[in-house]
Amino acid sequence: MDARLFEGPRERGITLMAARDQHGVGAPFGDRFQVVGRAERKVDGLAKATGQAVYTDDIQLPGMLHAKILRSPHAHARIRSIDTSKALALPGVHAVITGRDMPIKYGVIPWTPDENALALEKVRFIGDEVAAVAALDEDTANAALRLIEVDYEVLPAHFDPKDALAKPEVQIHETPEKPDRGNVSKHVRLEFGDVDQALEDADVVLEGHYRFHGSTHAPIEPHCAVAQVSPDGVLTLWSATQITHYVHRALARVLELKESRIRVIQPCLGGAFGGKSDPFALEFAVAKLAMVTGRPVKMLWTREEVFYAHRGRHPMQLHYRSGIRRDGKLTGVDAKILIDGGSYSSFGLVTTYYSGQLLTGPVHFPTYRFDSTRVFTNKPPCGPKRGHGSVQPRFAFEVQLDELAEAVALDPIELRRRNWQGEHTHTVNGQRITSNGFLGCLDEVERASGWRERRGKLPFGRGLGVAGSMYISGTNYAIYPNDMPQAGIQIKLDRSGLATVFTGGNDIGQGSNSVCRAIVAEELGLDPDDVRVVAADTDLCPVDLGAYSSRVTFMVGNATIDAARKLRRLVTGAVAKKWSVPENRIFMGRGEVFDLEDRSRAITSREAIQIAEALHDTLGATGSYNTPKLGGDYRGGTIGASPAYSFTAHVVEAEVDVETGRIHLHNCWVAHDCGRALNPMLVAGQMEGSAYMGLAEAVMEVHDINRFGLHAGPSLLDYRIPTSVDTPELHALIVESLDPEGPYGAKEAGEGPLHPALPAISNAVYDAVGVRLRELPFTPAAVLRALRAAGVGPKARAAQQPEGARR
Amino acid sequence: MLRLPKTRVAKPTTVAQAVALLVEHGEVAMPIAGGTDLLPNMKHGLFEPEVLVALGGIKELQRFELQTDGTLILGAGVSLDRIAADERVQRTAPALAQAAGLVAGPQLRRMGTLGGNVMLDTRCQWYNQTHFWRQALGYCLKKDGTVCHVVAGGKKCVAAASNDTAPTLMTLQATLVFEGRSGRREVAIDDLWHTDGIHNKKLGTDEILVEVRVPPRATGHRGAYGKLRERGSIDYPMLGVAARLDVGRDGAVEGADLVLVALQARPVRVRRAAELLIGVPSSGDNFAEAVAAVAEAAYAQAHPMPNIPGDHEWRREMVPVYVARTLHAAATGTGPVHHV
Ligand SMILES: Cc1cc2nc3c(=O)[nH]c(=O)nc-3n(C[C@H](O)[C@H](O)[C@H](O)COP(=O)(O)OP(=O)(O)OC[C@H]3O[C@@H](n4cnc5c(N)ncnc54)[C@H](O)[C@@H]3O)c2cc1C
Ligand code: SF4
Repeated sequence: MDARLFEGPRERGITLMAARDQHGVGAPFGDRFQVVGRAERKVDGLAKATGQAVYTDDIQLPGMLHAKILRSPHAHARIRSIDTSKALALPGVHAVITGRDMPIKYGVIPWTPDENALALEKVRFIGDEVAAVAALDEDTANAALRLIEVDYEVLPAHFDPKDALAKPEVQIHETPEKPDRGNVSKHVRLEFGDVDQALEDADVVLEGHYRFHGSTHAPIEPHCAVAQVSPDGVLTLWSATQITHYVHRALARVLELKESRIRVIQPCLGGAFGGKSDPFALEFAVAKLAMVTGRPVKMLWTREEVFYAHRGRHPMQLHYRSGIRRDGKLTGVDAKILIDGGSYSSFGLVTTYYSGQLLTGPVHFPTYRFDSTRVFTNKPPCGPKRGHGSVQPRFAFEVQLDELAEAVALDPIELRRRNWQGEHTHTVNGQRITSNGFLGCLDEVERASGWRERRGKLPFGRGLGVAGSMYISGTNYAIYPNDMPQAGIQIKLDRSGLATVFTGGNDIGQGSNSVCRAIVAEELGLDPDDVRVVAADTDLCPVDLGAYSSRVTFMVGNATIDAARKLRRLVTGAVAKKWSVPENRIFMGRGEVFDLEDRSRAITSREAIQIAEALHDTLGATGSYNTPKLGGDYRGGTIGASPAYSFTAHVVEAEVDVETGRIHLHNCWVAHDCGRALNPMLVAGQMEGSAYMGLAEAVMEVHDINRFGLHAGPSLLDYRIPTSVDTPELHALIVESLDPEGPYGAKEAGEGPLHPALPAISNAVYDAVGVRLRELPFTPAAVLRALRAAGVGPKARAAQQPEGARR
Repeated sequence: MLRLPKTRVAKPTTVAQAVALLVEHGEVAMPIAGGTDLLPNMKHGLFEPEVLVALGGIKELQRFELQTDGTLILGAGVSLDRIAADERVQRTAPALAQAAGLVAGPQLRRMGTLGGNVMLDTRCQWYNQTHFWRQALGYCLKKDGTVCHVVAGGKKCVAAASNDTAPTLMTLQATLVFEGRSGRREVAIDDLWHTDGIHNKKLGTDEILVEVRVPPRATGHRGAYGKLRERGSIDYPMLGVAARLDVGRDGAVEGADLVLVALQARPVRVRRAAELLIGVPSSGDNFAEAVAAVAEAAYAQAHPMPNIPGDHEWRREMVPVYVARTLHAAATGTGPVHHV
């Protein structure tokens, strides 16, 4: 590690961290892990594969009603009046509600509550929710929707963020208290060091404009929620959500109920990817309808409605200017970013910060400025999608790095090595970096792809491209300020030999429940089959903030170790006492407990637990995790501050058909530093899934709004997620850096490995045909235009190509 | 999930019964085979039949024979996956087998039938959408509305014929056997089409397609199908190219045909293809030159419109590319032309 002059806002000393949050990277017994590090099957794998898993829509309750939502056909309109009388009169209809029934605004970020469960005065995009009906069945509910009469005053609408800025008089969210706000949702400008001087001092300064088009999550399970109110007034909500805790809070706020009267449960979930991390209209609507009717109420959204719910990746227009010296060292980066937020804030405040804050590794640049503006438009609201806020700037920057490498005649991998930030250091914007396995990632993709022998030497049309990235393992920004733990765990252990873990963590398919099980089995020396996980039920489980920001393995994992170690001490202590040997001679592993110095003295875990239960009474423990104090010492400095960062490098092998513009992806090598792979099968699955998702949005997926403000194709036929035949060979190469603060050294693996996919394709195309693709998506039509503009491949036939096809 | 409107389903076991049901219920009845086109369309509110006459139980529609004279008889109810996998079809009508094998995805080919494919409704990005979506748009000419969103001020629907097998059947000079209230009739598939996106087939509401007859192939018959689409599976064609070459003993092209689909309301024949190819040796530079000339002719004739999703200018650029590739594939027996 090279010592580097740190020019960030403030060098920081040793950060304080509670003892409960640091558990070391080693195995709890001896020097070998029993469960951790093995490819254990997911806790719910068989249930999902056999169809036994219970998803929200599988829930059927006696007397259950079905609800539907009326949506706005206008992109921007004022609601003059709503007449629900005809709908209410339809036989089979039990209730109709509108915005007036739930007038309190909310937002997942408490500083920007700009959403209503159902529109109150205005609608802001085609698909915005206006009213909800509960009826005997879905068909009756749908029929009732057609009988609701809404009188709209249609307003001019914005579909382009530049227009929205230029014409603030058409204001999407009125702000009488701040008349100058116009359509700006959030603006952040931060500068670290003297960028202008640094660019002056550079030998080469490159400037480029880049574009990310917008994409959505497309989880296979659509949003669904069921609500029931018990006779004594307790509201239970089952919902396909990845944030039970925030839904819990939002329900209490909007429905004006005490949190203690609400229970939120997340059943088995069919994918989320960030698309289920806001509270949604359907959750409030079924809850309110259940309260009004006294009957359980279910609402399942159609695929089209999932596209309107969106919260997908923000379209961004990005401008980067970077300086480099002849020796290959970067001097500074200057970024200006325009973010199309769609119609509501959602996580937009964080997105705006993330668009700049998360770029400052693994490549170091000593000076940095970013200026990001998020703007409201009359489109489905954008939000967090896997790699929240940072996939777009990462795309731009990693393509620019490739251009810089060329400008100073350096191999792009070498450029990244030369500017590597190092480990146990700080970034230019004051974030603390602990472990950093990026060099290992570069080595792996370089080796596996045959980079040295093949890059620049493949036949015309075929090429290799590299890109790197960094991502957070959770953040110490807890969305709402509080001093309580970010993750809590409770474990019950009893004479049956079973350990039951209660976690507020949301398993959204990423396998967090399996991680909990593995950790408890490891710590208590149990067979994993003797550990059961109860998750994401606010009545039963301690609070966890939810599945976002890649925080669950890191934070819940640490909390689980914390709780399990307390229990372990009770068990080993009790057995040691009974056997009259020192505690450190007691070994627990895979269902057995024995004396390390006398192997003949051995009992089963169950017997050991019984000894402990007899000695200590009923066994249980809680555990918690909170981040140390982190972040730069400036406003927003905690946003993006993570207890540990993961690192990734990709090499993509692409082939360009210069006649059609189609990019054929052959291979994608994904090397990812996840700290320690607690379950290599799950880590590899996340790496492959991430890379797949990134490649998909680079070459196929387009979340487009047409000239009428309508989603161009809100279906899985028209929104093209790649099928298996469209997916290249994905090679997951796990790199372990053993983070000092991660659970056994683990860091995140679910989002980081997405980032480099997009720029690596662009860089591979450059190697293949010498054309730079700076604007996503790389659809064949767009690529063909770029090839022709660069004079590559056959010429266009018609002298004049009509501009801009009507869409 | 979108709801399927409630309808009655009638299950005839003979063609005559099916026709009688269509006659009895008139306008409100529709035949249904695999349902892979009709059911999504009903969920979108594009068709609102009150009675579905299900053809799945009619044995006669499952006919699948290669007659001794070389005529291929394909019942309308034969599934696309069977056609694609059948050795007789692969041998005698390769373009058809290839096209059938590229329709939609595996599950849909198992349910979808040849008859349903020939009778497929035309498609358009402003039309194949939910009722909510179309209502927000204000509908269009083809269903419930008065304007076209593809051609500003257009008075005619230009939704695209999107059936992959249709152009191959045209190059194979297939005839269609229909049965209706006035008995059976045979129609050359070329004569089935109207250039009208609303109804692109000349057909009575009481008529059922019974079978497709592919006449004996010429000796030296070669065929191929090329399909442009975004993904390697599931997607409808953004352009389909069916090619036929009849190659004589001397290796020269004696007959040729080229038909494109997914451009306009009906499959379109490239008129100059035969003229440019006949008499040319089926390999070598002369062939390549002739193919290039055909590709240019196809380009000049084809004017994709922004009817189906995707960049229509790019679709136009792809016409000569796919025409050339498909003709070469036909000549060398290396079809289909497909990007995966
Ligand atoms: C996701 C998706 C992708 C698709 N992709 C493609 C594609 O790539 N290429 C393609 O060509 N198609 C595609 N299709 C459409 C469809 O699957 C096929 O065209 C299939 O062959 C239709 O056959 P079917 O038996 O299911 O027809 P049905 O849906 O049963 O019927 C279609 C129409 O034909 C009529 N009909 C059916 N049989 C008869 C008959 N014997 N006589 C008279 N009328 C009849 C019906 O009344 C209806 O109007 C796709 C469909 C989906 C859902
Ligand atoms: S071409 Fe499309 S928009 Fe025009 S009328 Fe036909 S279906 Fe409607």
